[in-house]
Amino acid sequence: MISFDQNAFLIIVTASLIAISCGLLGVFMMLRKMAMTGDAISHAVLPGIVIGFFVSGSQRGLEVIIGAGLLGILATLMIDWLRKRAKVQLDASIGITFTLLFAIGIILINIFAYKVDLDQECVLYGEIAYLPIDLWITASGMSMGPRITWLAVLNLLLVTGFIWLLFKELTLTSFDENFGLALGIPAGAINLSLMSMVSYTTVSSFEAVGAILVVALLVVPPAIAFLWTKALIPLMKLTVVLGVLISVLGYYLAFWLDSSIAGMMVTVAGIIFLVSAVLKSKKAKFSFGTQEKEKSFTT
Amino acid sequence: MEHFLYFFTFQDSSIAFIVIGITLLGIGSAYVGTFSFLDKKALLGDAISHAVLPGICLGFLFAEEKNPIYIVGGAFIAGAMATFLSSWLNENTKLSEDTIIASILSIFFGFGIVLLTVIQKTGNPEMAGLNQFIFGNAIGILEEDLWVYGGLAVLIILTLTVFMKEFSLMVFNAEFGKAIGYPMGRIRLLFNVLMILSVIIGIQAIGVVLMAALLITPGAAARFWTDKLSVLLVLAGAFAVISGITGTYISYVIPQMPTGPWVVVSLSLLALISFLFAPKRGMLYRYFARKNYLRKTQNEHILKSIFKAMEEGKSGLTIEEIYQLYPEQKKQSLKSIKSLSKSNHLVINQNIIYLSSTGLTEAKRVVRLHRLWESYLNEYMNIAPDHVHESAEKLEHLLTPELEALLESRLNYPKLDPHQENIPRDHD
Repeated sequence: MISFDQNAFLIIVTASLIAISCGLLGVFMMLRKMAMTGDAISHAVLPGIVIGFFVSGSQRGLEVIIGAGLLGILATLMIDWLRKRAKVQLDASIGITFTLLFAIGIILINIFAYKVDLDQECVLYGEIAYLPIDLWITASGMSMGPRITWLAVLNLLLVTGFIWLLFKELTLTSFDENFGLALGIPAGAINLSLMSMVSYTTVSSFEAVGAILVVALLVVPPAIAFLWTKALIPLMKLTVVLGVLISVLGYYLAFWLDSSIAGMMVTVAGIIFLVSAVLKSKKAKFSFGTQEKEKSFTT
Repeated sequence: MEHFLYFFTFQDSSIAFIVIGITLLGIGSAYVGTFSFLDKKALLGDAISHAVLPGICLGFLFAEEKNPIYIVGGAFIAGAMATFLSSWLNENTKLSEDTIIASILSIFFGFGIVLLTVIQKTGNPEMAGLNQFIFGNAIGILEEDLWVYGGLAVLIILTLTVFMKEFSLMVFNAEFGKAIGYPMGRIRLLFNVLMILSVIIGIQAIGVVLMAALLITPGAAARFWTDKLSVLLVLAGAFAVISGITGTYISYVIPQMPTGPWVVVSLSLLALISFLFAPKRGMLYRYFARKNYLRKTQNEHILKSIFKAMEEGKSGLTIEEIYQLYPEQKKQSLKSIKSLSKSNHLVINQNIIYLSSTGLTEAKRVVRLHRLWESYLNEYMNIAPDHVHESAEKLEHLLTPELEALLESRLNYPKLDPHQENIPRDHD
């Protein structure tokens, strides 16, 4: 019997919260075939984070979140502008946008390196392991528990609130944008608000899992779920379950191997992804789970 | 200035080496990238460049130092796995291509981070060099590494040049290539190998995350200037080389600056200039072409409306009558009238606007084209007379004199259009 480890519990809970927030948004990104746009946004928020950091002088400032949110929206608009106005093909628009914004972010980090304490490795990889010592102390000196956990709770509340409020609109515009437009749903505004939620989630999670690994949590759990089911509600439920599973397994494996927790979470997700892909592949050479289904298909 | 002279006169042989290296690598990756851009697979390069990170770490773990052979080998295996996995997933699952690329990219990168932290814990002093792979530092490349990377770059450039025909077949019409007996599968395999190699030689200078820019941006920018593949490749190579040298120079002058970001910024600047100012495809050109076209249409509409009024027995139109005909475009109409009277197409006398003799010829031409096209649609396409007006409204501005002559002879110089209106000619 393993004794109850409060730190491990906190880290796993926080990681699960972040994975669930990212996964739920990721489901809609995937259905819109915008997985790479999510990737682009998570790279592109970097200059916003750096500028916000420089203005406020701390990683905790509201300016950081605002800066990153603005940059996320800017990235979306820039991709759109390149594609529609400058007539660059979509994949190249995404590639040009995120590399440029990310490059500017790295340059800014190097320019401000002596003025602010911002470590590019921390922004990029995150270090969730330090979470238990980074506490939220109220003005009266009372400790409320880890700050990042509270941020993750707030983020999850906002994400679920956002999806719950706009569920119909999000679903409609994900599957049939033109039908949505015909019903009078402002598809462009819905799209932008989804992108701003993604950029907010990226910023809110970057301290814990790092800006780049947010992409993995955004894309991989929904992709695994999509291999097993096509219906929207089961897709979202499965994504949530996967988020928790990845966090638990990732934490203990990282603990065991003494390595990055966020990286290990992604590795676990990757293994589940590849196993699912092999099991559910169309050819199904290794058909353990699919045999029965194939029979019922032929009869 | 002192730095500038010192750098560009290549007094320091190591600088000369690095500049040669970055030139070769820029040309190599721009070549490969342009093909993958034309193939609409630009983001695969991004996936590969993230995916080589675990390979680099494994190569480092095996060699226990920064041995270029081990690192290139490890990176190549990881890149090949990523490429194979993404095409396997594409064929065998229902996931869309962007989801597959984003998944592969982040999974491999995540695993790479795990390995990086493992290496960090071993406390190997050479570890510091590994971080260069993430953001790139051209100045930090050692001369012996340069021989490996430069050699690979030359190999890539030569292979692409020799098999130019095969690769353009792959990009533009793979089915056709297969039909005339080319082994398209093997050509694609070779191309993927070149792509992985070009990523590997680039990452030390540019970094894992930004390598995608060196593959995607030069091709995308050069595409705005030309339609010819050979010119496209040369231009893309030139863009990559200019930005590569700029980036290297900046990280030489400011030592703590990584090279990659500056290469990307100067590349993006070149791309932006191309998007805005390139002839024919550039935004400015297209903006003015559109404006010109709209002005020409409105001019022709006004000439046409006065001509139609003349057909009804009036001698001209007042400006209010023209405004009534085009209530949405008052401003443009006024502009058109002014410019037309300046060019002696219109004569304005006591608030009534008449056609001059040149104006009459021009108006006749527009109306003639309109009615000829209506006749053609009616006679050859069997479209009912009440459905032909919309199309003729557009084509009257576009038909060239050659097409006009062809229509005339096909329709045997008709007198009347399907609405029984006279088709005006110059000698009437």
